[in-house]
Amino acid sequence: MLARRIIPCLDVRDGQVVKGVQFRNHEIVGDILELALRYRDEGADELVFYDITASVDERTISPRWVEQVSQRLDIPFCVAGGIRSVQQARARLEAGADKISVNSPALMRPSLINELVDAFGRQCIVIGVDSFFDGTDYLVKSHTGDPDNPRTTGRKTAEWIEEAIHRGGGEIVLNCMNMDGVRTGYDIGQLSAMRKICPVPLIASGGAGTASHFYDVFMEAHVDGALAASVFHKNVLSIPDLKKTLKQQGIEIRL
Amino acid sequence: MSLVIVDTGCANLASVGFAFDRLGVQKTISADPDIIRAAQRVVLPGVGAAAYAMASLRARGLVDVLQALTQPVLGICLGMQLLFESSQEGNAQGLGLIKGKVGEMDTGSLPSPHMGWNQLRDLADDPLLAGVKQGSYVYFVHSYGVPVSGNTLAACDYGGKFSAIVRSGNIYGCQFHPERSGKTGAQILENFLKVPA
Repeated sequence: MLARRIIPCLDVRDGQVVKGVQFRNHEIVGDILELALRYRDEGADELVFYDITASVDERTISPRWVEQVSQRLDIPFCVAGGIRSVQQARARLEAGADKISVNSPALMRPSLINELVDAFGRQCIVIGVDSFFDGTDYLVKSHTGDPDNPRTTGRKTAEWIEEAIHRGGGEIVLNCMNMDGVRTGYDIGQLSAMRKICPVPLIASGGAGTASHFYDVFMEAHVDGALAASVFHKNVLSIPDLKKTLKQQGIEIRL
Repeated sequence: MSLVIVDTGCANLASVGFAFDRLGVQKTISADPDIIRAAQRVVLPGVGAAAYAMASLRARGLVDVLQALTQPVLGICLGMQLLFESSQEGNAQGLGLIKGKVGEMDTGSLPSPHMGWNQLRDLADDPLLAGVKQGSYVYFVHSYGVPVSGNTLAACDYGGKFSAIVRSGNIYGCQFHPERSGKTGAQILENFLKVPA
């Protein structure tokens, strides 16, 4: 059986791992390599590194730390942050990243997804979606790395996910912005709705606080993986305990 | 031990190389036919699409070279698929080192690509699998696959069984990424270095 994935997410800013609440007030939580190795040792199934300021600052993540991470990790990892060309993606993949994730640049120029899929195959192209519930609809935001200036895109989340998959995206990471960093549970309603239209792997992001939140999102929204940051960075949940608990509850988990 | 990772021009050469670094093994990444022929072990990595990868091997003049190798060869992921006669992906001709065809996986209602950690089943008694336990998890990312056959050393199940590890004589293949499969992956790579030549 395919195991559900537990995926710590490391938001990277200026070479450090940081974490904010609803994309604001970032605190430094540690060194990139140190945290990556800690999570590897604890049994993380995959890691995601987001350079959260890259799209805002018009730059991209540095392949150098990607290479250092790749040298040491024996689990897959994905890098994200301001990648807007095949060339920039190639540099990260050649440095040893297994997947690359695109968000704001794909919203600005959707054909970027096709170009990346043609060059590297759909299995390593992840589409990150920041989705905000305005009380009526799920709407896509871009440039969320700058909390004072996130942009509305005029796109509904469901429509953008369908387009991204149609263009060849191999996996969707759906970040439910209303839930980010508040640890009150994943947005089961939204994730369930998007699961129905998402034939590629779907990863839940935003809201993890307890082991039961992971159980609920796997059982009710049927996501392939659950991403979390603050609960792991701040030792609210330990990955070994979480995975043991989920396994005992009957979720397919790699121990 | 001389180990060559064939420079196929694909993007994951570095991570395969790093996995051997972690095992403390010297490796060379090369597309030079003489270096590949002289190596004691040859690894054929690969990500991306079959037709593109075969075109890249042809452009480097490596098709005949790879077909004539007699030392242990290990294909990884797309590299494994290239060992077969053909692939449905882009109707690509393969190297034909192992009988059989690569087809698009029928995952039914399950998400595709098959992405994540899945278990090795029906393990054969083979030096490549020394110390590897039934049910061990390894990391897969693919949407094409090879049916189970007499060449299958280990199977995996995702909407149906398919070959996770294959062998035909000196030619070995892993559909998953041993370089990203934790201790089990490292064990398999280490075993590959020790299989009888």
